[in-house]
Amino acid sequence: MRLTLRIWRQPGPDADGAMTTYEVDGIAPEMSFLEMLDTLNERLITEGEDPVAFDHDCREGICGACGMVINGRAHGPERTTTCQLHMRHFADGDTVDVEPWRAAAFPVVRDLVVDRSAFDRIIGAGGYVTVPTGSAPEAHATPVPKPAADTAFEHAECIGCGACVAACPNGSAMLFTSAKVVHLNVLPQGAPERESRVLDMVGQMDAEGFGGCTNTGECAVACPKGIPLPSIAAMNREFLRAARKAPR
Amino acid sequence: MRWCRPTVADMALATRAVPRPSTLATLWRSTIGKKTVMAVTGVVMLLFLVAHMLGNLKIFFGAGDYNAYASWLRTIGEPALHHGWFLWIMRVGLVASVAGHVVSAWQLSRRDLAARPTAYVHRRPRASYATRTMRWGGVILALFIVWHILDLTTLTVNPRAEPGHPYENVVADFHNWYADVIYLVAMLALGLHIRHGFRSAAQTLGAVTRRGDRAFRIAGNVLALVLTAGFVAVPVSVMTGVLN
Ligand code: HEM
Ligand code: FES
Repeated sequence: MRLTLRIWRQPGPDADGAMTTYEVDGIAPEMSFLEMLDTLNERLITEGEDPVAFDHDCREGICGACGMVINGRAHGPERTTTCQLHMRHFADGDTVDVEPWRAAAFPVVRDLVVDRSAFDRIIGAGGYVTVPTGSAPEAHATPVPKPAADTAFEHAECIGCGACVAACPNGSAMLFTSAKVVHLNVLPQGAPERESRVLDMVGQMDAEGFGGCTNTGECAVACPKGIPLPSIAAMNREFLRAARKAPR
Repeated sequence: MRWCRPTVADMALATRAVPRPSTLATLWRSTIGKKTVMAVTGVVMLLFLVAHMLGNLKIFFGAGDYNAYASWLRTIGEPALHHGWFLWIMRVGLVASVAGHVVSAWQLSRRDLAARPTAYVHRRPRASYATRTMRWGGVILALFIVWHILDLTTLTVNPRAEPGHPYENVVADFHNWYADVIYLVAMLALGLHIRHGFRSAAQTLGAVTRRGDRAFRIAGNVLALVLTAGFVAVPVSVMTGVLN
C-alpha cells in the first residue's frame, strides 16, 4: 500500500510550520498508524533528515500520549486512539493530512507533539481524593452503590489524550474535565471534596485558556473512550450546585 | 514549555488562604456561569415568544378581537398595577434578558475564538447548520428586534402607524414586500436558534441526562417548528390575502 502523507512540520515552539508532503510505500494493512509513521521516520533518518516528532507510549490505547488530527479528525476515521488505528482503514493511493492538536492551551512543541500539561494542572486543581496513607482500607467500610461504581468506571476510562479539545471548534476542555469531575463526584470517596473539586477544576480549566462549551458535540464523537456528551451536563449540574453553596 | 511542577501549595487542601468569591462572582467569572446566564435569559425570551406567538394568532379572529386583545394587555394587573404597567415590567425584563444574553454571547464568543487560534488545514464540515449559525443568527435576531420595535411598537417605520389599531398596522405592514422578507428571514433564524438553543440550554443548566437527551432534542425541534410556523402564519396570510 502506498500513501501520500501531508504532515505538519514545525522545528520548535516558536518556529513557523508548514504541511510537508511525503510518499510512503510498503505499508501493510495490519500496521498501526504509528508504525506507518515509524516506517517513514526510518527512511528519513537514513536519508539524514529529521524524523517526524510525535508523542506515544503504550501503543495499546490506554495511556493517552498519542494523538494527532488525521484528515481533520482527532485520532482519524475510527473511534480509537492513533496507536490503535490500523492502516486497513485507508485505501492505496490515499492522501492523508496529519496535523497536531490545535488549541491555544496546547502549544505545539515540535511537529505533531503538543504540550498537554494544562490537563495535568486541571487534575492538580482537584482531580483526586484525599485519603489517609497507610494500610489499605477495609474494603467494606465504604459501600459504593453499583450504578455509582458503573458511572465512575465509565468516566475513569478517560485517558486524557486531548482529542475532545482538538475536535472542539472552541478548543474547550469541558468533556475532559467533566469525565474527571463525574468520576470522583459520584463516589462516596469523592464526597468530602465534591464542591471544591468542581469549582477548582473548572477555575483551572478557564485559567488555562480553553474555550467554553457551545454544545456542538464534536468532543463526544472524537473521544476514543466514548465519554458521553451528557457528562458535560452532569458537570454543569455539579458546578451550579457548588456555586450556589459557595463553600469555603 | 510550561511543564507541570506541583508545589506544596498546590497540594495543600481544605485550608484556603483566600475565601471563595460569592455565588454571583463565581458564576460571572466562569465560562459555565456565563453560559448559564445565556441559558436562563434564553429561556425567559423563549417563554415570552410562546405567549407572543399565541397572542398574534388572535389576528385570525378579526380586527375587533385583535385590537381588544391588545388593549386588554395594558390592563393586566389592574387595579394593583396602573394601566400599562404590566407591559412596562415585561419590557424591562426582556431588555435585561437581551442585554445579558448578548453580553455573555459576545464575551464567550471572543474567548472561544481565541482558544482555537490556528485552524486545521484539512477542513471538514462540522456540526449542524443550526449549531454553526448561532452567532450570526443571533446577530440577525438582534437587528430584527430593533426593527420590530420601530415597526410595531413605536410605529416609527410603520406605513400606517395608527396608535391603538394594531390589526390595521400589521396588515398594512405586510403589504410591503421588504417587511415580509425581513420577517420571514428573522423567523427562520429564530427557528434555527431555538433548534440548537433549547437542548443547549438544557445541557448548560444540567437538565440533560443520558436518558433525557433525546427528549430535549425533540422538544427543541418541536418548539422551533411551532414558533416559526406560528409567527410566519401572519405575514403569509396577509401576502395570500387571507387577512385583509
Ligand atoms: C438578541 C440577539 C441574540 C443573540 C446575539 C444571540 C446569540 C446567541 C449565541 C451566540 C448563543 C450561544 C450559541 C451556542 O452555544 O452555540 C445563544 C444561545 C441561546 N440563545 Fe440566543 N441570541 C439572541 C437572541 C435569542 C432569542 C430571541 C432567544 C429566545 C428564544 C434566544 C435563545 C437562546 C437559547 C435558549 C440559547 C442556548 C443557551 C445555552 O446554550 O445554554 N436567543 N444565543
Ligand atoms: S500510545 Fe498510549 S494511547 Fe496511544
